[in-house]
Amino acid sequence: MDFDQNNHRESDIRIDLLLIANMIPEGARVLDVGCGDGELLDYLRKEKKVDARGIELSPEGVKESVAKGLSVIQGNAEEEIKHFPDDSFDFVILSQTLQAMDRPDKILEELLRVGKRAIVSFPNFGYWRVRLHLMLKGKMPVTKSLDRPWYRTPNIHFCTIRDFVDLCEELNIKIEKGLAVDSSGSKMSIKYMMLANLFGTQGLYVLARN
Amino acid sequence: MDTEEQQISVDEGFAEVVTLGEKDPLLLSSGEILSPFKVAYKSWGVLNKDKTNAILVCHALTGDQYARGKNPLTGKEGWWPKVIGPGLPIDTNKFFVICTNVLGSCSGSSGPMEINPATNKPYGLDFPVITIADMVSAQVRLIDHFGIDKLYSVIGGSMGGMQVLHWAVDHGERVKTAIPIASTWRHSAQNIAFHEVGRQAIMADPNWQNGRYYEKESRPHAGLSVARMAAHITYMSERSLTSKFGRNLQDREKLTFGFDADFQIESYLRYQGISFVDRFDANSYLYITRATDYYDITAGFGGSLTNAFEGTSVKFCIISFTSDWLYTTQENRELVRALNAAGAQVSFVEIDMDKGHDSFLLDCPEMFNIIEGFLAAETESL
Repeated sequence: MDFDQNNHRESDIRIDLLLIANMIPEGARVLDVGCGDGELLDYLRKEKKVDARGIELSPEGVKESVAKGLSVIQGNAEEEIKHFPDDSFDFVILSQTLQAMDRPDKILEELLRVGKRAIVSFPNFGYWRVRLHLMLKGKMPVTKSLDRPWYRTPNIHFCTIRDFVDLCEELNIKIEKGLAVDSSGSKMSIKYMMLANLFGTQGLYVLARN
Repeated sequence: MDTEEQQISVDEGFAEVVTLGEKDPLLLSSGEILSPFKVAYKSWGVLNKDKTNAILVCHALTGDQYARGKNPLTGKEGWWPKVIGPGLPIDTNKFFVICTNVLGSCSGSSGPMEINPATNKPYGLDFPVITIADMVSAQVRLIDHFGIDKLYSVIGGSMGGMQVLHWAVDHGERVKTAIPIASTWRHSAQNIAFHEVGRQAIMADPNWQNGRYYEKESRPHAGLSVARMAAHITYMSERSLTSKFGRNLQDREKLTFGFDADFQIESYLRYQGISFVDRFDANSYLYITRATDYYDITAGFGGSLTNAFEGTSVKFCIISFTSDWLYTTQENRELVRALNAAGAQVSFVEIDMDKGHDSFLLDCPEMFNIIEGFLAAETESL
């Protein structure tokens, strides 16, 4: 299970980031919101020749990004993104960070203000093992990858894939593409929402303005 | 141009004073001209064949060109010994590093203490009022003198950072990367206020003599010393003052009920003031504080920070310190946001350090790492 952005298994990172990278065309202008150590941006810059920018909260992440030659600013994503002009980017990426936002709805709107498209990935709280944990134990899941108790986790706004789709509808955001990733890292279609929401550990969406 | 003085040492770098602008006068922001003018600099490392590996290091208010190695005027170690050198963040094995004494200062470049070629006497207040942009114009002439088309980087803390930003705005095509540290995009009312206290202290000293003290027996040391004391307070954080001195008494058991330096902080400030007057010229202090007060990078751009950087090709790395209340993180964020709005490539790091504004001059591994990483990331082009 993979819910904690700070504690991925290595294979999860690669697949998650690779799936995102595959969605981005050559030479695009890209902002990665919560870019961590800049791994995805560095890959995109080298493989896709993108104009890469990032926002990152942790000084360590910024430092590692800068050493990779990336342009990354230290700051709170929800505050800093406000200061970018409309249409600054072709793609704005929010990878495994949505659940840590103060207002996930506002950040989605901001992503699509500064970017023509947004790519959002998030842990699916509708995954069957989470449901089972909650049902059998009656407690919030605390696992190897989700290792902090509910009162100390930065992940304050968990959602299911279905919740996410509902929110996009409510905000009049167009879903251009959506897929779920199962525990083996394989892509799953979201055509059958019930199955995707049950067996997907992550949701991955390309969003655009309607 | 002619070379007045040469010292060559492999370890210590190379120091020289060049005379420039004899045929091509330097037009200053005030409209006045300087011709000729002197630029004192120090350099380390070797300029490569394509002249693409030059880094200009810009010093702060009362700094000088002796960033690394022994300062011949004070006998003390340079002000950035852990930043510039072989294998250090600004690696002199890779880069040709130049540090110039700014115009208006007093370590060899033209300033109020130097001889006015028109009168053969020290300029005093006849020296024209200069700006940060003017300091940079003089540096541009030195870079021309070296035949360097484009600097690999311009780096500086505090007033050095102001020069960095002027390089980026006024001469952006000649700069590849820029690292302003613990700096600001304009002097605030509070910044100007502190400087005005310092200037008034100097000018209130009877020895100041309207700046004509060079030929006299006495110098305005008392005034300059007070100016330095007031300024020094702004370079440190309340927290570092408390942890370093608290209310500790100086070499005594109890209060003396007099006006001697009872407290350690008083003694410390007095020492800072007294030791400063040995190495700095009072008139230079007036000129350089004036230059920083006049500094506002948006001045030519209708007050818009974004307009100042519109279309820039310079890649920026901006560094601030949490405890710096002189040039705050907030001001640096304003700069970062404007650069982002202008579409510039910009990185920004706020370093958590409790030593105040002067953090950039201290042992700060985080800053060293950032500078090293940022500079190294572009070296494939060398």
